[in-house]
Parts: sequence; structure tokens; C-alpha cells
Amino acid sequence: MIPAPAFLSNPERFMAFSRWAAPLFGVLALALALAGLWLGFTAPEDYQQGDTVRIMFIHVPAAWMSMFVYVCLAGASFLSLVFRHALADAAAKACAPLGAAFTFLALVTGSLWGRPMWGAWWVWDARMTSVLVLFLFYLAYMALRASLDDELKAARAGAILALVGAVNLPVVKFSVDWWNTLHQGASVFRKDGPAMTSDFLWPLLLMGLAYTAAFGSLWLVGIRAQVWRRRAEAAALRAAKG
Amino acid sequence: MSRAMALLSREVALAWGRGGGPLVSVGFYAGVATLLPLATGPEPTRLSAIAPGAAWVALALSALLSLDRLFERDYEDGALDLMTLSPVPLELVCAIKCLGQWVATAAPLAMAAPLAAIALGAKPQLAPLVFACALMGGLAFSFVGGIGAALSLGARRGGLLTAVIVLPLFVPPVIFGGGALDAFTSGLPWRAGFALLAAYAAAAVALGPIAMAAACRNALS
Repeated sequence: MIPAPAFLSNPERFMAFSRWAAPLFGVLALALALAGLWLGFTAPEDYQQGDTVRIMFIHVPAAWMSMFVYVCLAGASFLSLVFRHALADAAAKACAPLGAAFTFLALVTGSLWGRPMWGAWWVWDARMTSVLVLFLFYLAYMALRASLDDELKAARAGAILALVGAVNLPVVKFSVDWWNTLHQGASVFRKDGPAMTSDFLWPLLLMGLAYTAAFGSLWLVGIRAQVWRRRAEAAALRAAKG
Repeated sequence: MSRAMALLSREVALAWGRGGGPLVSVGFYAGVATLLPLATGPEPTRLSAIAPGAAWVALALSALLSLDRLFERDYEDGALDLMTLSPVPLELVCAIKCLGQWVATAAPLAMAAPLAAIALGAKPQLAPLVFACALMGGLAFSFVGGIGAALSLGARRGGLLTAVIVLPLFVPPVIFGGGALDAFTSGLPWRAGFALLAAYAAAAVALGPIAMAAACRNALS
């Protein structure tokens, strides 16, 4: 974790790296997604769930990413708070909309899956509720950054909020589990190995990698956009001062 | 120590005396508790089923209402700048402000909470637990809410922003307190929920001031 940010913390080096890394990850994501979707749609039907099991290949990776992106957001926020590095802050800022999008995707596909399987669009089950709270966290983060005009203050306030959220989210998860549980337990990451046939496991893993690569590509593009925007603002300021 | 006490008495006096003080929060609480039966229908069976939970959520909302005055006033008139210069660490200042908020708003709300719960149809035996939960939950609401209030200092539409930031953070105390009340109503062991609520409040008291002080320093920088 630490060597990569150390290497990339130089903005020039980062821009040179991301210039080719971003499209590379994008192509990788596309290829993996095509392979995953192909395997997903040619996989046999589930004996209980029929065709609706294919929603899993869209839904489960999105739920994984919703948490992974928050970890990235909290990590970047920590680096930006401790080292006051502008690039780390750009990374945190670029994380939030992506995380919110993945979380939203997980919620929507979960709802579409829940209707045929559970007979309800939404139930107040523990996992769904904690993902919903995660979505609210992303919204709060973006709202806070949007309503502070000073870029530097917005960066630090956002970083504090992201870290508060990182402390609080496990508690939210625990509290909601304590409250109610209906959702299926973990089926892939378990001590006794995945409780899933390889027909389903392969497309699921491919889609998970595709989502991760897509996030990597979009994240780099987002950070690059922040860097360009800051450079444009600095240039405009210089031009105004004449 | 005397500095801390002086600060505490200032905070309580300000929160109590200016702008209606605790009466506004209690009035808001009474208003929400009155709107509830109007929205759900007055049948006693239906109402008493949701009474403890409804009283509890109304309490969380009322706690939210007074948060914007916690730092905003001192930030605007420069008192917060002076407090950062004082020998009392800013973390302690933030903790004392939240404690003052708790004494001046959460305690009166805790007095009103059993009345509201019983008026909505909860059993009178529930009253002591409602009071205890409201007191303990109020501590968590003040200290967690203070983080949101400090973070939205200097923001446009600060009050609304505070609510958006703080409501996801209110999830665990609302669940734990509501769980304890619900368990008590149905005759189940309620101590676990109350103990978790107390644990959350203790963690908020311990960790909240650090985040608040960091946010205040950032806003003043």
C-alpha cells in the first residue's frame, strides 16, 4: 500500500503513469466484463432461482465495490489529512461519486432481485440497511465537500468525516446485524471454501475483477480531472493577476 | 479545572437562557409526538405498538434541532477563536460544549420523553427505561452531533448539512435504544440494548471531541 502512493505522490509521475494506466484498466475491465457476462449468461439456471440468479453477477460485485471504495476513500483521506498531500485529496474526492454509484447499483439490483425471490422490493434486512447507510455516508461526504467553498477546508473537513465514518461503519454494521437478519450469509468468502458451484463462481469472480478494473480506470480519470482543474484554476489566477 | 467549570457554566447558561433554550426543543418534541397519531390514526392498539419507537425517533430529531447553535454562534462572534487561544485544550472545550448541550437540552427532553411515550400509549412501567435511554442516548446524540455541527462550520446552509452528516451517524444509538425499549415492551431481556447504547455513548464521549477539535481548527484556519 505505502510504496505505491510514495511513487505516485509526485504529480508529474502520477500524470505520466495514469496517462496509459487509465485506458489500460478500462480495456481490461471491458474484456473481463465481456468474459464474465458471457460465462454468466451461458451458465445453467439455478435450481431454485431460475434465471434471476444472473442478477448476482451484477449485484454482488457492486456490493463488494461499495465497501472497497469506502476503504479507498478512508485511506486517501487519512493520507491527505496526515501528509496534507493534494493528490491524496484529489483521490478521496474522486472516490466518493464512484462509491456512491456502486452502492446505488448494489441497492437497485438487489431490489430487482428481491422482488422475484423474496416477493418484496425492499425489506428492512440487516445487510440492505447497512448498505443503505453506507450510501447515506457517501451522500453526506459529497454534500459536505460541495457546501464548503474553500478547497483546502473542504478537503480537511471531508477527510475528518471520512475517518469518522470509517470508525462508525463497523458499528453500524454490527448494530444492524443485531437488529435483524434475513439476507443470505456470505457464500464466497468462508472458512470452508465457497458454497457455490464453479459455474457461478467463475463469472462472479471475473465480474468482480472487471468492476475493480473499471473502478481503477475511472478513479485515475477522476484524479486526473482534479489535477487538470486545479492547474486550470491556478493558470486563471495567474492570468488575472497579470 | 476552574476554567473548565467556568466554561461549562457559560455553555449551560447560554444554551438555557438564549433563544428560548430547552423550551424550543421540548416544544418541537411535543409537536412531533402530536403529529404522529395524526398521521397514523388514533386507534390505541396500532398507536401503542409504535409508541416507544416513535417517542425515541422524535427524541433523535429534537436532539438534531439544537445542534446548529452548538458551534455556529461562537464561530460567528469570534468566541471560538478565543477558546483556541486559551490554555484549555480545544478537545476539552468541545467536550464541555457538548456536555453543556446535554445538560441544557437532552436532560429536559429526557424529562419529557416518558410523558410523550405514555401519551402515545406505552405502558407506564416503561417510563423509567424511556427516561434512562433518553438520558444516555442524549449523550450520544450530543457528542456525535457535535462532530456534524463542527464539520459544517462556515458552510452554506449549515443546519441542513449538519442533519445530512449526522443522521447516518445516529443509526447505532437509535437501533440500540429502540431495541431496548422494544424488548422491554414485549417482556424480553432489555439490558443488552441499553448496555450497547451506553457503550456507544461512552465511545462518542471519548472519540467525538478529537474529531470536533480537528474540525474546529480546520474551520478557523
